[in-house]
Amino acid sequence: MTCDQCGSDDAVVHLTQIVNNQISTLHLCEKCAAAKGLDTAPEAVNFPLSNFLAQTGEGDAASTEPAKDLRCSFCGLTFQDFRDTGRLGCPHCYSGFEVQLRSLLRRIHGGTQHVGKVYLPPDPSATDVQKRLETLRRKLQRAVETEAFERAARLRDEIRAMEPVR
Amino acid sequence: MTSLDELSPVPDHGLSWLEASGDHADIVLSTRVRLARNLQGHAFGSRARVDDSEAVLTRFRDCLGTSRPLCGGALLPMSELSSRSRRILLERRLISRELVGDPESTPAKGGAVLLSDHDPLSIMVNEEDHFRIQGLLSGLRLQDAWNDVDRMDEELGQELPYAYHHEFGYLTSCPTNVGTGLRASVLVHLPGLVLTKEIGRVLQGLGQVGLTFRGLYGEGSEVVGNFFQISNQTTLGKSEEDLVDHLDKMVRQVIQYENQARLVLLRDARSVTEDKIWRAYGLLRYARALSFEELMNLLSGVRLGVSLKLLPGLRVYTLNKIMIFTQPAHLEQAAGRDLPPAESDVHRAAYVRRVLAREGDGSTGTAVEGGDRSRS
Repeated sequence: MTCDQCGSDDAVVHLTQIVNNQISTLHLCEKCAAAKGLDTAPEAVNFPLSNFLAQTGEGDAASTEPAKDLRCSFCGLTFQDFRDTGRLGCPHCYSGFEVQLRSLLRRIHGGTQHVGKVYLPPDPSATDVQKRLETLRRKLQRAVETEAFERAARLRDEIRAMEPVR
Repeated sequence: MTSLDELSPVPDHGLSWLEASGDHADIVLSTRVRLARNLQGHAFGSRARVDDSEAVLTRFRDCLGTSRPLCGGALLPMSELSSRSRRILLERRLISRELVGDPESTPAKGGAVLLSDHDPLSIMVNEEDHFRIQGLLSGLRLQDAWNDVDRMDEELGQELPYAYHHEFGYLTSCPTNVGTGLRASVLVHLPGLVLTKEIGRVLQGLGQVGLTFRGLYGEGSEVVGNFFQISNQTTLGKSEEDLVDHLDKMVRQVIQYENQARLVLLRDARSVTEDKIWRAYGLLRYARALSFEELMNLLSGVRLGVSLKLLPGLRVYTLNKIMIFTQPAHLEQAAGRDLPPAESDVHRAAYVRRVLAREGDGSTGTAVEGGDRSRS
């Protein structure tokens, strides 16, 4: 297939766009795609975070200039590195950039509080176990509601095994 | 060692998701649920040094020996696979582009994939996150996929200490995955909505209910053959069950819209629709060269025909199989050598002709039973 634009080179980029409910597909060679500002590297397309990241630190007094110099004490990632790549360096970055991340998470997810599974680490504390039991009971209820009885039986056994002996 | 030998430990060749079972298998190709997990005390993928990645893989390998449900399966380190084998795994949608790395060079140390032998489950190690646990099933089976993945996650989390935060949940390299770390996605074929030009509205609607769509190969990939991958957009602030349920409801709604669109096509444009379908079949049955994109577009027409029972002799499983085995690395595997694109197109057309001839001529309505799994 040749390029729709120049008609000479082989088309390597196929751009599907939806404008006003109309789908159109353009077949472009690498040169014409680059001229249109399309990057042919797969990761570069559609980077979902960039819009959100562009806003972090703008009009947000708490997270402006000083944030750029923030550095994670564990992996050495700076906040500026994060803004450039959209990737955090290690679990400790979440504490190091907590203030900035909290406002970013609110923008992305609409909140910051995890309400899913509660993790039970290999050596759990009493609170870990308690929180964990709550999730399991919720799952059990759901399994019964959806008539997934095999799963419900498994969950019931798991809850029994974890509950403190009275 | 050939790619075939390298991949022989892979259970079922990782292709059970093609079998066209599960709800709405003519419209929904597959269901995938994945969880992103990371270990405490190690830098994430993008920041990890080689020894970090190797340490993560070693810890993972060690726990395979101790944990019962994890031990059955094949662990394939990327560095021990040829470029073609890695691309075959990608084409079977068992690993990501990121894990394949640059196809021409040796991949970084530490990247690996575990393929479970008793569930349609796999774990990618040292991708963007230390672990990506994923379940891939045929048809629309979100709850089943989530249950499988959840169980595997429980096992792994008991063996290895995950990075977890009391407020933010499971910590991930990218903040768009934090919280549950869960991405559920469904690959749907929506030619009716595309032909009736309703697709834009439907996709826009998905955005308004917290869902997003991508192309066949996930993030950043284009839409080919009218296949759309619909998934949850946010991962934090809702429970895993709610995320999965919500996607399930919305996808069922989209399927309903698609079926309505198909009825409209049959009612208002039956002869044009039939012509499109039979032309697509005719080209696939007799063409001497096909690019992958052209093939996908023609397959889309044929799939619509099979779904509407206008092409009686074909099975959805056959169409699924064609999609996978006509990708470049699979064609090279069958040919036993590298194929430049022009040659690849010729091999692709030959493969499709062979399969369609064996499956029976669509016009006679006689299907030949028995798959072609042996070719893998």
